[in-house]
Amino acid sequence: MAPRSSPFARLLLLAAAGLAVGGCSIEPWVKPYERDHLADPIMSFDRDPVSSAYTGHVYEAREGARGATGGGGGGCGCN
Amino acid sequence: MKRSLLIVLLSLIVVRAGYAGVLPEDRADVLVHSYDGGGVTIQGPSLLVRKQFAQKFSVSANHYVDKVNSASIDVVTTASPYKEERTQNSLGLDYLHDRWTMNIGFTNSEENDYSADTFNFGISQDIFGDLTTVSLGYSLGNDVVGRRGDANFREETQRQNYRLGLSQILTKNLLVGLSFETITDEGFLNNPYRQVRYLDPTTPQGYSYEREIYPRTRSSDAGSIRMRYYMPWRAALYADYRKYGDTWDIQADTFEIGYEHPIDLGWTFEGKFRTYSQNHADFYMDLFPRSQYQNFIARDKELSTFTSQSIRLGATYDIMRGGWKFVDRGTLNVILDHMMFEYEDFRDLRVTGVTPGTEPLYSFDANVLQVFVSFWF
Repeated sequence: MAPRSSPFARLLLLAAAGLAVGGCSIEPWVKPYERDHLADPIMSFDRDPVSSAYTGHVYEAREGARGATGGGGGGCGCN
Repeated sequence: MKRSLLIVLLSLIVVRAGYAGVLPEDRADVLVHSYDGGGVTIQGPSLLVRKQFAQKFSVSANHYVDKVNSASIDVVTTASPYKEERTQNSLGLDYLHDRWTMNIGFTNSEENDYSADTFNFGISQDIFGDLTTVSLGYSLGNDVVGRRGDANFREETQRQNYRLGLSQILTKNLLVGLSFETITDEGFLNNPYRQVRYLDPTTPQGYSYEREIYPRTRSSDAGSIRMRYYMPWRAALYADYRKYGDTWDIQADTFEIGYEHPIDLGWTFEGKFRTYSQNHADFYMDLFPRSQYQNFIARDKELSTFTSQSIRLGATYDIMRGGWKFVDRGTLNVILDHMMFEYEDFRDLRVTGVTPGTEPLYSFDANVLQVFVSFWF
């Protein structure tokens, strides 16, 4: 069973192309002084890493699906 | 193929480095967790400390314990209740250089019949006027699987994770995150104790058990989108969706929606609903027609067709507004998740005296409690 890499590989290439042609010259459409709402702790994708890591482990140990949860990943020592 | 792509992308990110990123905050968390459901209780602590030094580095350490007391449906129907403990220790280091951040980490997990070592590497960069953060990650895990009561049993598993993430500021009030992850496993992938059942008219109950046999490889792809929206009255509304598929023919969908609402006097409340569904692996059956029916056989309910729903209620209280000595602030947090699992092709074998394959379908509820304090310094 070989890894099904093609969709992921295409995404990586797309990201690489975006980084290569994009970069620092684009004018940000949300200025730094307009980001006070986004800086509020309630807007964090991962406000409490100790809690989100535990919650991710609880789900991963009981479900067939895994990955793409936005966390750092790593072994859970469970099978 | 993926390794070469990763190297190309890492090179591009390094070359384009230039802006100032940020390191994670200095903080310490002490958490106590408790899971209770389906005849299984798991409790333990998790301690996480993170500290910056030399302005460019941040080091983190985590100590985590699971104390398991198991009388699950598998255990009560095919084995004896057991207790075990799993201890996990992690160390991580982040390095900040202009607009890019690099992190490396190592995790060790030990229990009496399972040992896992995982090495992590990741890199991220802020681009487009810091409106976009792109991150890449790679993990390599090596597990050693044992079997209690069988000193000669020793198997190995290797796992590799490839992650790509993108976080995007869309408006003054809207954040969107995209994640993709491919995971490949190779080696011994089943539980060395779990058994499948097959029709056997020579036994009084009409079926017998034999050990599971899994393929020795698995590869999965998962992609997710997350969004967070800042409401006009200072609250956050968020929603996530994840699509999953693997070479064992499991397809899964996860959706969640939640709301966080701070109020005066230092309280923040959270509510969340999560739903998950998957179809079974192509070598899964609740009842095989005969012994050694096919090359690969499994009766792990995590590989069956099922749905689960979870409801979360959480509260956070600021316990040190204004700080105390070297502590800038602190919070006390309580989170309760109620989970409900319903299986569509996994039957409850505690019910006997009926025709094999007509037992009621299994379901169970679980409560998951987290209580933790966090300090920023």
